[in-house]
Amino acid sequence: MPQIPGRQPGPPLPTPRGPLSRAVLHALRTSGMPGGTEAAGEATDPWGEDLQLALYMLYELHYRGFEAVDEELEWSPELLTLRRALEHRYLAALRASVPAADMTQALDGLLDEPARGEPPSLSDHLARHGTLADLREYAAMRSLYHLKEADPHAWVIPRLTGTAKAAMVAVEFDEFGAGRAEDIHARLFADLMEDLGLDSTYGRYLEQAPATMLASVNLMSLFGLHRSLRGALAGHFAHVETTSSPASRRLAAALRRVGAGAAAVRFYAEHVEADAVHEQVVRHQVVGGLLEEEPELAADVAFGIGATALVEDRFAERTLSHWQEGGSALRGPVLPV
Amino acid sequence: MHSGRDAITGSDRVRTTRRVWAEEDGPLLVEGPVEFRLADGTSVVSDRFVVAVCTCRRSAAYPWCDTTHRHLQRRQDADSGRTEGS
Ligand code: FES
Repeated sequence: MPQIPGRQPGPPLPTPRGPLSRAVLHALRTSGMPGGTEAAGEATDPWGEDLQLALYMLYELHYRGFEAVDEELEWSPELLTLRRALEHRYLAALRASVPAADMTQALDGLLDEPARGEPPSLSDHLARHGTLADLREYAAMRSLYHLKEADPHAWVIPRLTGTAKAAMVAVEFDEFGAGRAEDIHARLFADLMEDLGLDSTYGRYLEQAPATMLASVNLMSLFGLHRSLRGALAGHFAHVETTSSPASRRLAAALRRVGAGAAAVRFYAEHVEADAVHEQVVRHQVVGGLLEEEPELAADVAFGIGATALVEDRFAERTLSHWQEGGSALRGPVLPV
Repeated sequence: MHSGRDAITGSDRVRTTRRVWAEEDGPLLVEGPVEFRLADGTSVVSDRFVVAVCTCRRSAAYPWCDTTHRHLQRRQDADSGRTEGS
């Protein structure tokens, strides 16, 4: 497809990680049918590299798309059919692993930080032992979300009313810079990346991101794009906003300790204060407001919280185990210095 | 929210009632923007739509809440013999 001058071309397509992602790539390149996707059945690991990358590419059509890929493919019935099959696999795996929980307990559980003796969180590890190289890898992986921070949550807005809607929009307004482009959180993250000597181009580190990171972003897209999962999206948002403030405090400390610049520290320092506010607004007004209107969604909110915890734990576990073995948590070559 | 003529000065400048609510064992939430006068006479300003003012006085970002109050709450719970889920 010819590029239209003055338009952002979108990131390049990644290399495939198995038959499913190869089929999606082929369909995106040729605007054809995604053939050879029988593997969408029971055979493919729902947490694996192949399925998560295939799903990620299909979701990306709703955000920025890819270089030289027809924008109209966003609504291709064949690709949507495939996406549906992959989503079912992922959702079934989540439902099988997330323990049923009471909504209030799930929310309160987020306030507790790991007790002594429990494995340290990723931000704990970074605050204590993180090297500059670890922090750069962490930022490269997280960039898949932070360069579109709060975008997946914007889809829930038309599905909310009253208190929940007003509060959700207020928090999103903050995330999107409160009317100032230079304060959009995704922009602040790009500044952080540049400070750490990383390339802040959208989608630049997709190739290096492991399935555990793709699963984290896919979870938000899944919850955001389905009205039927609006309760889970609210739970997801509550999880993110509640755990973010203390984690950001540790990450800001980690960055200061390795001598990162002001722009890098600013991203996390901003989130310490912002998310101390967002936590309260999301718990009481977004979740509280939603459940006042639709009390039957309480179980979905709890599921959203539990699923987010599960996906984030898997990402942290894999990342820490690679670092503790002295290796890189990225796929492919380590980041050039 | 409620607005109207300033009762004291009679000025037409519209004054708006700010909503404030307190989180139990947590911050005071105030509709922003907020200017906070510190004891040393200096001021800090936060222009968020809602500002979380620290009431436990342990925040590293004082006067703004940075969620440090959660630790204090847990310690108090432990001291008073309260355990998880009881
Ligand atoms: S009230 Fe939250 S840190 Fe003090």
